[in-house]
This record gives sequence, C-alpha cells and structure tokens, in this order.
Amino acid sequence: MIRYYTRLAVLSLRQTPLLTGLMVGTIGVGIGVFMAALTVYYLMANNPISWKSERLYAVQLDSWDPAEPWDDERPELAPWELTWRDAMALRESDLPLRQAAMYKVSIVVQSEREGVKPFQTVARVTDGNFFALFDIPFVYGSAWDRAVDDAGQFQVVISRKMNEELFGGEDSVGRTVRIQDKPFVVAGVTETWNPVPKFYDVNNGPFDDAEEVFVPMGVGRALELYSAGNTNCWKDEEVRTYQQFLESECVWWQYWVELPDVAQRDAYQDYLDQYVSEQKTLGRFPRPLNNQLSNVAEWLDVRRVVRRDNQVLVVLSFLFLGVCLFNTIGLMLTKFLGKAPHIGIRRALGASRAAVFRQQLVEVGAIGVAGGIAGLCLAWLSLAGIRKLFPGYEELAQLDLTLVGTAIAASILTTLVAGLYPVRRVCATAPARYLRLQ
Amino acid sequence: MLEMQHVSKVYRTDTVETHALRDFSLLVADGEFVAISGPSGSGKTTFLNIAGLLEELSHGSYRLDGNDVGALGDDARSRIRNEKIGFIFQSFNLIPDLDVFDNVDVPLRYRGFRSDERKQRIEEALEQVGLTSRIRHLPSQLSGGQQQRVAIARALAGQPRFLLADEPTGNLDSEMADSVMALLEGINAAGTTIVMVTHDPELATRAHRIVHVLDGQVREPADHATAAAAPRPAAGLRAG
Repeated sequence: MIRYYTRLAVLSLRQTPLLTGLMVGTIGVGIGVFMAALTVYYLMANNPISWKSERLYAVQLDSWDPAEPWDDERPELAPWELTWRDAMALRESDLPLRQAAMYKVSIVVQSEREGVKPFQTVARVTDGNFFALFDIPFVYGSAWDRAVDDAGQFQVVISRKMNEELFGGEDSVGRTVRIQDKPFVVAGVTETWNPVPKFYDVNNGPFDDAEEVFVPMGVGRALELYSAGNTNCWKDEEVRTYQQFLESECVWWQYWVELPDVAQRDAYQDYLDQYVSEQKTLGRFPRPLNNQLSNVAEWLDVRRVVRRDNQVLVVLSFLFLGVCLFNTIGLMLTKFLGKAPHIGIRRALGASRAAVFRQQLVEVGAIGVAGGIAGLCLAWLSLAGIRKLFPGYEELAQLDLTLVGTAIAASILTTLVAGLYPVRRVCATAPARYLRLQ
Repeated sequence: MLEMQHVSKVYRTDTVETHALRDFSLLVADGEFVAISGPSGSGKTTFLNIAGLLEELSHGSYRLDGNDVGALGDDARSRIRNEKIGFIFQSFNLIPDLDVFDNVDVPLRYRGFRSDERKQRIEEALEQVGLTSRIRHLPSQLSGGQQQRVAIARALAGQPRFLLADEPTGNLDSEMADSVMALLEGINAAGTTIVMVTHDPELATRAHRIVHVLDGQVREPADHATAAAAPRPAAGLRAG
C-alpha cells in the first residue's frame, strides 16, 4: 500500500500547488536556517581525531605572571602554550609513547620547477614524531628521525597539495626545495590532512587550514624562525636577540603527548609537577603548581572552540524551525480539512481509520521530504554566503552526507510531528459527516 | 439480511438534542429491493448511514447478515463496509483527482486484492455499466449519468451482498434516471439486496416494497404490486 499511498500523496499535493508550495516553503525555510546554524556548530564541535582523543594530551604549565593569572575570567587555567626552555626540557622525557613540540612559522618557498615563483606560506616547526602522533599518512617517504631534529638538518615534509605545486605530484623524496633560501631535502609527502577544528594549534586560528610544510625542530633555531602565531610574554626582560627570545618567559610552543592509559597519564602528571617544582627552586614558575593535561575533547572544550554565540544561534534557529512548523500545522489543517470529503468517501468504501491515518501520514512525509530538499538548497545557499562573507569559515560552512541525511530526517520527523494533529483530527471524524459535505 | 430493532439516533449539542430516529424497526430480507421514502428531515439519510455503518446508533440493535453489528469497533465496521456493503450516493461521491479506473479501484485496494484481480474486477464492473471506453477519464470529463454509473461500478466491483442507494437518480434527468434504475433492477435481479432512499414516488414504485419514514419512525407499510415479484419472500416490517 505504501506505493499506492505515495501516488495518492503526489496527486493530492499537485492538486493544491499553492498550499503545497506554502507548506514546503515554510518547512524549507525552517530547515534551511536550522541546518545552516547546525552545520557550523557541528563542524566546530567536531573531534577530528576521535579514535585517539583519549590518548592525546595537550600540555600546560603555569609559568605565568605571579601578579595576575593567565586568564582573568578563568584564573584556574594555565597558559595555552609553553616557553622554548620548557618545551625543550619536556622533550627529554621518555614517559610518553610519542610527543611533539611545535610552533607555526612563516617561510618563503622556492621551487626547482620552472615557472613556479617563490611564495610565502605558513609552515610548522616540529618533531618528526608529529606525524605518527596524529596518525598522518604518507604518500611518499616518511618523517625525519630524532637525529635530524637535534642536528637541525634541512629536511622537509610537504603535503600532497604542496607536492603537486612544487613537483607536479611526482615522488619528490630526495629532491630539493629551497626554504628561506636554503636547500631542503624532501623526506616525505603526506596524504591530504586537514583536521577541523585544527585541534593541535587552536591558539592560532582553530579553523585555519593545516600547514602544507613541516620542518625539523633544529631548523627553527638554525634559521632563527620566529613564531608566526601568538606569542605571549609577561616578564620584564630584555629580548633583543633570538637567543634571548628563546630563553625568555614568553610562551609560544604547543606541546602534545601520547599517553596510552591512565597510569601513564598519572605518571606524566607527576613528572610535570616534579619538573616545575625543580624549576621553582631555580626561581622560575612563581605561581602555585598548576600543570594541566587535557585530552583532545577536553582541550576543545576548555579552549571554547565552539563559541557560546554559536550555541545560542543553534537554539534560536531551532525555535525558528518550531515557529515554521507551527505555521505548517495551520496550513496542513486547511489542506486536510479541504480533503475531508474524499476521506469520507474512502471511509465509506471500507478504509479503516488506521488506513486513512497511514495514507495521510505518507502525504505528510512527502511534504517533509520536499521541505527537507528545499531546506537543503537554502542551507547550501546560506553556507555559500557565509563562506563568501566570513574568511576562515571555508571549512566550517560545508554540508557533508551526515548533514544532508540529518536535514532530510529532521524535516520528515518534524513535519510528521506537525502533521499529527491535522491528520488525527480528520481521521477522528465519522465518515458520514464528510459525506454530507459532498 | 438487515434487521433493525428499536433503533434510535440522537444528535446532541450543548443546547439542542435532535432525535433523528426514534424506535426505528425494519427487516429487509435477502434479495429484496426496498424503497425508503419520506419528506426531507424525516430520518431517511440517518437510517442509511446507520445501515451502512457510517454512523453509530444511540440505542437499539442492528443485525446485518445475521451478525450483531451495532457495537463493533472501527476496524470491523470498515471491513464489513468494504466486503458486504456497496454505496451509491445522490452526488456520486467520486474522487475528482482519480480517473474512472482508480475510482472503482478504491474499495478493492482496502480489500487487499492482488493487482491482476483488481484489474479484472474493475473491467468487469465497468463493462456491466457500459463504461469501458471511459476508463481513463476523470469524473469531470463525464456526464452526470456516466458518473453515477461509475459509482455503481465502484459499488459492484467488490461484489457486495447489500447495496445502499441514497437518491441515486436525484441529480439526473429522467432518461438517465430511468437507465440507472434499470441498472439497479438488473443488479437486484442478480441477487443483491438493495435499499434505496428516494423522494420520487414513481421511482419508489419500481422497488418491491416501499417503507415510509416520518419523524424518524417507520409510519406504515406500503406493499404494492411489484412486491409479489420479489426474488425472496417474507420481507417483514415492524412499525415502531
């Protein structure tokens, strides 16, 4: 019967194009607005490395000013980033399964390929462990090893996209690219990897694209690469040279560790506390002991990657959807009461109340599907507008299959809920009443 | 076939109570063709609605085909309407969005017949009323008489044992009315019990028996000559 009901639904909806258009349009607007807000929220709230989220920890050490906390609103928090000295010291620990210190730099890249002009781009100075730590697959080659890091050898890992640009997509391992006018040997080419949000460095644009170029730890120092991200300092100290900058209390390094279980986590927490206690004896870390380890989910939460106004927007858009559905109830009531004589005829000819109910629900479902499609089109247009108007939202304002499915399901479900009252009202009336109206 | 005993039907609003039927008793035998006549507001249509299980009675008992149907639930009433009762209305009551084929198909769909059986029944019913050439026409493309024939075909397709007709010729000119009546007589002759509500005394005389209804009650028996020709005898009538 479902095919029969569907045919009747299409026939019925075509009979009243204006009313059908109004119902579909109303639901479409509600779903479109809701889906646009939900899409941004959904991608903001995404955990891009959920399978490993419980094992990866961001490290925070409270090396901040004794006179005031890092965050006035949340004084319990330690700075998001570490000093160079602390990052280098933590690298000596063998407690974590994997670990990587890192910071963002701006570099100039020169290709050996003819016709490619030198260009400026952002890169990441980091440990060779960075790739295994975050499960980044390689197309060609592999990461550099610790010796390369320590020696500051000029090796580089580039993304698939950068490899296309510099080497036309060929296996470029062993070939040379000039960075900051120095020859760097390509050690590996990564598969496309662009986590949203950019959890490993939310301090410098949580929705920025991942870097396309990665260079070893020692390169930063060798080429005196300053941070192209946030650098925060509190201490009145002389910072004139790069070495002074490295030895300052300025924080600019992100630090991630992989700790497979709770025991290792606790052991590493003890290690951090012990390290800071030692540093206190040297006159550093003037604030109370406050070292924190946050796994990826906790980190995204504590960093408020999903802003409160986005949450409010989702709630408001949901309320707006409710208003649209409320209006749809009225339109459906008009539609179904107008068709009541036909329902009376069907009842007289042997349709049970349940059969008529099912038939009407299929029609409501068809309105829901059409409303969902209209809503998706509207959401797509809205998101295109957001991408155009707000730079940095390119990755956030994208519909994926999950969201498309959610939109259709939400539309059908909400329309069915809205349709229950009109359908029940029509079905509850004795058929003779409607036959008299004929 | 149909036995109503002391049936009453009361419509209530907050301030008004209307007795549409009062102590209404009627017996219709298997194979009979009974005309129900009476002025407007006398309760004829209410009787037809109750007889067709379209409305519930307030008091009394109603047996159809030997079964007490007065207190059945919606599903059972719908099933009986679908399997045993055919309806013919004054205003045809065809569904305007559906063509002739699909209109006749409606009761068969709820009966759960397979597609090929439905098709066969529809074609046979339309052939019986002489409308096979109009099978894909919409009701709006047919004359009044043709529409009523479609309604009759729809009623016949399910092969009901009991046909209820509410002023079946009320919207037709005399020639069309005569042809529809001839069709009903033929159906009755084939064994289907028919109860027909009509204002028209001339048409009523074409039934085996006429029952006069006034103020919601059966007032008097009105046998006439044709009653003798009824295919089944002993059509009882009990005044209320």
